[in-house]
Amino acid sequence: MNRLTSALLAWPKAVLLACLLASLAFWLISDRINPYYMDVLTKIGINVILAVSLNLINGYTGQFSLGHAGFMAVGAYAAAAVTMFAGPKFLALAPAAWLLPATDGLFLGALLIGGLAAALAGILVGAPSLRLKGDYLAIVTLGFGEIIRVIFRNIDSLGGALGLNGIPPYTNIFWVLAVACICTYVVLAMVHSTYGRGFVAVRDDEVAAEAMGLNTTRYKIVAFVVGAFFAGMAGGLYGHYTLSIDPKGFDFMRSIEIVVMVILGGMGNTAGVIAAAVLLTLLPEVLRPFEKYRMIFYSLLLIILMLTRPQGLFTWKRTLKTAGRA
Amino acid sequence: MLSIQNLSVSYGAIAALHGISFEVGPGEIVTLIGSNGAGKTSTLRAISGLIKSRGKILYQGRDLANLPPHEIVAAGISHVPEGRMIFANLTVAENLAMGAYLQKDKGGIERDRQFVFGMFPRLAERRQQVAGTLSGGEQQMLAIGRALMSRPKFLMLDEPSLGIAPILVKTIFEKIVEINRQQGLAILLVEQNANLALEISRHGCVLETGQIILRDSSAALRENPKVRAAYLGGV
Repeated sequence: MNRLTSALLAWPKAVLLACLLASLAFWLISDRINPYYMDVLTKIGINVILAVSLNLINGYTGQFSLGHAGFMAVGAYAAAAVTMFAGPKFLALAPAAWLLPATDGLFLGALLIGGLAAALAGILVGAPSLRLKGDYLAIVTLGFGEIIRVIFRNIDSLGGALGLNGIPPYTNIFWVLAVACICTYVVLAMVHSTYGRGFVAVRDDEVAAEAMGLNTTRYKIVAFVVGAFFAGMAGGLYGHYTLSIDPKGFDFMRSIEIVVMVILGGMGNTAGVIAAAVLLTLLPEVLRPFEKYRMIFYSLLLIILMLTRPQGLFTWKRTLKTAGRA
Repeated sequence: MLSIQNLSVSYGAIAALHGISFEVGPGEIVTLIGSNGAGKTSTLRAISGLIKSRGKILYQGRDLANLPPHEIVAAGISHVPEGRMIFANLTVAENLAMGAYLQKDKGGIERDRQFVFGMFPRLAERRQQVAGTLSGGEQQMLAIGRALMSRPKFLMLDEPSLGIAPILVKTIFEKIVEINRQQGLAILLVEQNANLALEISRHGCVLETGQIILRDSSAALRENPKVRAAYLGGV
């Protein structure tokens, strides 16, 4: 994993730092912004994390996964369990004055645990499905997402079908933007390194990648683990924002929404995928005046976009056409 | 250098190779000829560990059978797969970098890159171009160049003339001979264009339905009436 770590360090950290500071500054002034806009912005941030992390799996590595909502659910439940069940004890014990307020420390810990739990799920799904490709992999990951949902519905201590209510409201715009920045940074740094070109190589031609001595299995697992980790973080943010989660919120349609963002943005095009996540979160809001015709407009727009720009709305160069096998 | 002993491959219930044996000496070009489905590609894939096999693949005295592909590349065997299989969305330079995946020394990688660019100047001109936009012949050059980047001692080429303009086929075969001479690289060549392949190789094996039915010097194979009738188009 040495190449991976050096790849992450090589990418300009200053950019990331600037983004994090900007997120912090934005949070400081967020009181003065219309709460409705803040609500939309938070949703956008969470969707950006989901779409960018899924793009690593589906876009760059070419492993078509339909289980992203499942990873999100694992993260959401794990993080909520930490803050709800371990939180009170932790806050009682934690010293009052720390580097950061105790609740933020707790939340960061909860998010990381949520991410790690989802990453573990990523290994569990990634490892057995490595022998599968394309449609078959999509079906297995779809099955995984459904299994996760059913499992949570049947764990009574996690609320069963009613879900978990009364999750503490720890998510704020800083956390959302910060995780979105880190997620984008990590994905970009990974795929734009010598190590990371291997993800694209696995997608372009797995046999050739293998014949070049790439450990394709490891690439796929790394993609699944990193992608699932950030989906888990997004789940944690989501739970501590909506304050209640239930298994229905992480169904198949949620995964599809994220997949649509990736496809619309252009598979393996991070900037495009971010733009698509923004667009697709805004669109239902913008279409709100049309009430019941809203989803029809939304679906129609998707169809038109796919017909006119199948390579992705925001892809101009380096298209993902399987070019040149003539 | 490479000694294949009793190698068998099957896909499910269907056997593709029934215990074939042959050898490739150091610095030698050996050709496998045979019609579609004879097992040529399966042989190469078994050697590079892409498919499971039974039997022995002795390479410099070590049995490589069923090792994972990256260990076989590390041992010095490089495979140019059929249909080129370049990474269409990576640039020429990035494709070559992927070929050097297992190499650690920057200086050595750069030297190999210069060697490849010297061998195929066209690739140097197009180093920043996305590989999917290259012509068929250029893609084949890239596939060969990429294989050379892993610093092989033994190179396997699967149908290098497939789908390429005739004028480029000649160039590519000249390059294959040049690489063989300059680097002392042993080459195992699988080729439908048996005429051309037997011209540049020293030995040849004729595969038929998973068995080697003939093994001889290439010169002798070219004169063999049976081979002439079946594979050389002719009289």
